[in-house]
Amino acid sequence: MTNAISEITTDAELLFLIGTNTTEAHPVTGYKMRQAARRGCKLVVCDPRHIDLVDEADYWLRQKPGTDIPLINGLMHIIIKEGLEDKKFIEERTENYEALKATVENYPPEYVAELTGIPVDVLYEVARLYATTDRAMIFYTLGITEHICGTRNVMSLANLAMLTGHMGRAGVGVCPIRGQNNVQGACDMGALPNVYQGYQNVTLPAVKEKFEKAWGRPMPDKIGLKIPEMFEAAHEGKVKAMYILGENPVLTDPNSHHIRGGLEALEFLVVQELFLTETAEYADVILPAASFAECDGTFSNTERRVQRVRKAIEPIPGRANWQTICEMVSRMGYPMNYASPREIWDEMASLAPSMAGINYDRLEELGSLQWPCPTTDHPGTQFMHVGKFTRGLGLFQPSDHIPPGEMPDEDYPFLLSTGRILQHYNVTTPYSMGIMSVWDKEMAELNPADAEKMGIKTGDKLKVTSRRGEVVTAVRVTDRVMPGIIWMSFHYSETPTNALTSHHLDPITGTGEYKVCAVKLEKI
Amino acid sequence: MELIKITIDGKEVEVPAGTTIMKAADSVGINIPRLCYDPDLSALGACRLCVVEVEGNRLLPASCVTPIFPGMVVKTNSPAVVEARKTILELLVANHPLDCMTCDKLGNCKLADYCYQYGVKESPFVGEKHEYAIDDTNPFILRDMNKCILCGACVRACEEMTGQDNLSYLNRGFHRKATTAGDVDYIDSDCVFCGQCVAVCPTGALQEKTMVGQGRRWEIDRVRTTCPFCGTGCNFDLAVKNGKVIGVLSNPDSTVNQRSLCVKGRFGWDFIYNEKRLTTPLIKKNGKFEEASWDEAFDLIAQRFGEIKAQYGSESFAALSSARCTNEENYLVQKFTRAVMGNNNVDHCART
Ligand code: SF4
Ligand code: SF4
Ligand code: SF4
Ligand code: FES
Repeated sequence: MTNAISEITTDAELLFLIGTNTTEAHPVTGYKMRQAARRGCKLVVCDPRHIDLVDEADYWLRQKPGTDIPLINGLMHIIIKEGLEDKKFIEERTENYEALKATVENYPPEYVAELTGIPVDVLYEVARLYATTDRAMIFYTLGITEHICGTRNVMSLANLAMLTGHMGRAGVGVCPIRGQNNVQGACDMGALPNVYQGYQNVTLPAVKEKFEKAWGRPMPDKIGLKIPEMFEAAHEGKVKAMYILGENPVLTDPNSHHIRGGLEALEFLVVQELFLTETAEYADVILPAASFAECDGTFSNTERRVQRVRKAIEPIPGRANWQTICEMVSRMGYPMNYASPREIWDEMASLAPSMAGINYDRLEELGSLQWPCPTTDHPGTQFMHVGKFTRGLGLFQPSDHIPPGEMPDEDYPFLLSTGRILQHYNVTTPYSMGIMSVWDKEMAELNPADAEKMGIKTGDKLKVTSRRGEVVTAVRVTDRVMPGIIWMSFHYSETPTNALTSHHLDPITGTGEYKVCAVKLEKI
Repeated sequence: MELIKITIDGKEVEVPAGTTIMKAADSVGINIPRLCYDPDLSALGACRLCVVEVEGNRLLPASCVTPIFPGMVVKTNSPAVVEARKTILELLVANHPLDCMTCDKLGNCKLADYCYQYGVKESPFVGEKHEYAIDDTNPFILRDMNKCILCGACVRACEEMTGQDNLSYLNRGFHRKATTAGDVDYIDSDCVFCGQCVAVCPTGALQEKTMVGQGRRWEIDRVRTTCPFCGTGCNFDLAVKNGKVIGVLSNPDSTVNQRSLCVKGRFGWDFIYNEKRLTTPLIKKNGKFEEASWDEAFDLIAQRFGEIKAQYGSESFAALSSARCTNEENYLVQKFTRAVMGNNNVDHCART
């Protein structure tokens, strides 16, 4: 996130939410949004589903799935036509504005209304509201990124914020709320194929040299494989061995049959996990993992805030995860002799300028620190891009409408969209006895009009089939979803929704298009 | 801002206009007893335990809702004030089950603390007692409305912290109740089980169900940590007794969330004791997992990773790190992939 969660209640005058069901996926952030809205902060919710925050919203834009870019372009079209853009900000801090202007010229309100299903007058009102509100924050999550055009969606939101000067201050910005607890941290730590910790590019000679010196081995400078490419390479026999720490791609990644095939093709697989997951079943060796309550360490939340995780009980398998990794790697002839996670952090930070000022003593004293934090007397950074963007000038990157890779047709007439529900979190909460005793099975959401046609009522069972697989699910009939759409979560092993989801990927990030695919439904 | 001078218990205090007597007293370390006041919630002025004496005022105003005025002279502990507080406590206790010896809240119960402080053992007031059925039909929160003192903190927390508006007051007089619409059990209400109401309840009326019978409050160690369930990054305390986690308690110092949590953070922790947890390394032999020692597992891994790298080259390896694991673990995994396996094939499920 460019900005901080606290700004929702202390600074923002307008919250613009797109593709985020915040009260369910990030509940406490969502509760703060609700508090803000009730205290007079304006709220715009763009979501095809009638999510809870719609009830607090000043405007609900119920765009058709997969039409986010035309929606945002349409808003920018109006803003420019009405002269509401921030000319000074554009002039001083951005480049490529003419290209943006030329692209959004092609998205007049009438055309956008037709594509998105949002009335013209609402487009006008929301465009004016966003452009003329001094402190307006944009929030999005997977509803924006899990599309074939995910990266383009994100760029479009950045365009909108820059066009109106909503960057580099408190109460503005573009804020992706990260899904899993430490997605931010995993990225910051360089668990990515193109960067070391602190986003230092693996292809830069100076960076390569620095890490060769620090780590005492030659460093690869070719960008590595992203997840979908790994499984592709496994299918092709190029990747032969894998190590998987605490992830269950069979359940959580799209098109799980393809993932299973890739895992099967491996010669050797090591999985370090809490439970015998669908993915762990494919392992040759399973290393038992310790839970968050059993390990010292840190997580970084969605606002770049580094916070301590503290060991409360002895590791149930006898070893903390860092100890297991260190021992495994040491046996391979590369000694990893750390006395504690504190030492690991210190080494990491000493090689990452943006986090060099963060250490366990300061975290103890201050509770948390937000990077960038280059020195130990630096207070951390609440909001970014003050005065200047990381790359210097902010680059407008205009995008045209890219329809989803797969849309409903005669054979597969329903659109399947997926997401999270409040009570569950990917793959751990289904192991909570308390939570499972109340929310124990998938309840797919179906519009009453469709349900009536098919003679289905809440609690009935459906077979859902896509071109890739089929699952069985119970149904909840509700007008939270539009007619023609079925909505499902992906938390339950009994209903592995990702057997259905699309093989289409965002070509830039490799993110699966979880949000849209075509299915057919049969009552059983 | 205009500063105003007043006197509290003989001490001169200077605070901004509009400050309440309670906050003015807090600012100089004078603690006025309070039951319904909560720093994170709007002030209600319901319990009147916080009454003080103000010179020239015949009535005893509730300090949590009464603003100061210039030259005000306040006594927080005069005989009249102490008498009033005692009476309030006696009235509350008259209608409260006195089973503190088995109540899990003791040690963190404001009612019991103040009764102790003011020497209230039993009540001279005899009258009807409530006989409400206990609401234990959900796995998370135990509700015993017989212990409710109608401070309204739960109602305000549900509305002001979570915005769920699931609680309000029903009936009048003796039958007044802070409860769900239609007075149904939580499980049948619009409750989202965030547990904010439990976190603010000053008595044993609302309790974490998992903690009941597990230990007295003073036996519990609190270990502050960060929630493992979403990117908001709430902090809370793990309640630990005898080396076992028995619950989650709000920690008011949490930067992001203060005392708010959601059902996952507050009640999802029990996955750590799921009987399906893996406790020993497993090695697949003839298609079946068999228990193995750590040594066997590490040696086999070192051997096979080594062989495969030697045979097929370093490009033949890939690692999936974890967006659920700590920074330190992620750092080690990428360092391992790059420095030992010799490629950049490391990624994590950032998208889910
Ligand atoms: S249940 Fe607890 S918080 Fe709610 S009114 Fe009663 S005593 Fe107060
Ligand atoms: S648990 Fe949360 S939603 Fe339920 S009554 Fe308490 S505060 Fe309200
Ligand atoms: S308590 Fe809920 S909102 Fe807070 S970090 Fe955990 S899952 Fe997210
Ligand atoms: S604390 Fe002031 S009236 Fe209850």
